[in-house]
Amino acid sequence: MTTLVDRKHRLTSVEMAHFVSHGSVVLSGVVPDSLNERAIGVLDAGLPGHPYGTPLDTAFPVGTFVRELLDLPAVAGAVQSLVGPDPVIDHHAVHVRPPHGGEAQNMHGDAILDTRADAFDVQLMYYPREVTLEQGGTLSVPGTHLRRINQTGIGRYQNLAGQTRLTCEAGTVVLLHHGIWHGGRRNDSDQPRYMFKIRFNPTVRQLRLWNTDDIDDPAVRQELSSTFGWTHANEGRLELVNRAKLWRYLTGDEQFDIDYYLTREQIRPSHIAPGATDVRLGSNRSADGWGL
Amino acid sequence: MSTTTSNRPALSVENSFAVPSATPQLRQQLLVLYLGTSALDSDVIGWTRYDGTGRSHPTMGDSDEAPYANGLDALQDGWRLLQMSQLLGHEHGHEYTTGYLPYEFLFERLVDITA
Repeated sequence: MTTLVDRKHRLTSVEMAHFVSHGSVVLSGVVPDSLNERAIGVLDAGLPGHPYGTPLDTAFPVGTFVRELLDLPAVAGAVQSLVGPDPVIDHHAVHVRPPHGGEAQNMHGDAILDTRADAFDVQLMYYPREVTLEQGGTLSVPGTHLRRINQTGIGRYQNLAGQTRLTCEAGTVVLLHHGIWHGGRRNDSDQPRYMFKIRFNPTVRQLRLWNTDDIDDPAVRQELSSTFGWTHANEGRLELVNRAKLWRYLTGDEQFDIDYYLTREQIRPSHIAPGATDVRLGSNRSADGWGL
Repeated sequence: MSTTTSNRPALSVENSFAVPSATPQLRQQLLVLYLGTSALDSDVIGWTRYDGTGRSHPTMGDSDEAPYANGLDALQDGWRLLQMSQLLGHEHGHEYTTGYLPYEFLFERLVDITA
């Protein structure tokens, strides 16, 4: 991952637009069975921790299982498209939901309220085994990642229209924006449910890191304007504004807009029209007074 | 100047709060609806339930279908509205910032657990 990934393995502009609107990208079954079969043993054995911000090469050097996973072209390409080359490791963890075990978590955002409106971290989640509905794959609410909330302040929200529950084939990697609302669900099956996660911090400005060959594709704009059940509401349009701002940051196009909202806000012409230059100003304070 | 006589409470806080309820057979169920606008008759976009009877355990992600299409339907089905969100102004410089869902409506109903 320390070398640049070939363009053909990076995300397309349409896929990036999907990430900006949904807050996630799913790479279904991209990890081959040969790795998935070894994964359980590696995860059960546990992985050593590292200080926040440890370089990738230090945390997962070449030769380790995790590095093999991260060097898969599809995975390396997606990670580099989102956080750039040489990201550092914020933290990582193995999550195992035992059969018929645990309770659903309250809905939450990870860490604490993050004030970044532009740069972002990405959380990679790897599922070495198939995840069925009853196994309690993560519930997440698409499009919530740009809202400012703190941790489990959203714990009062049990269900939102348009929420999704992860089900996937073995070897799936999901990449989430750090701010997305989500929660772990209860495992009602007879099988333990494994998930390995890594949070990446970028070390470069996240500018045009993906394969921009399709940057003019109309599907980019369509993806950016995606709606979900909960956005069919008074605040749906405000989310379009937040997405447009993030797209400006990612592309460097400071004029980009969705539905003219940001452009309209800047319409304050200073040009004085000829017809408005009459010197008569009309009523002034000498004519004003109580009772007059 | 007269001295005030101290008014000693008749019971300790613990004892007063241990007096049985006048309606011991009733339990509260709560329904929180998040609506699309500040209007009660706007669409439900989120929902939460709490069951004071202890007979069920509503939880995160327990359903994909809202119990009602809009807030007025809940009212017409007998739920009693306790509180609706205050409408807050928009902070200067942060007008487009979104956060917690703004239109929250809290309903209750009472259930007889002896029935």
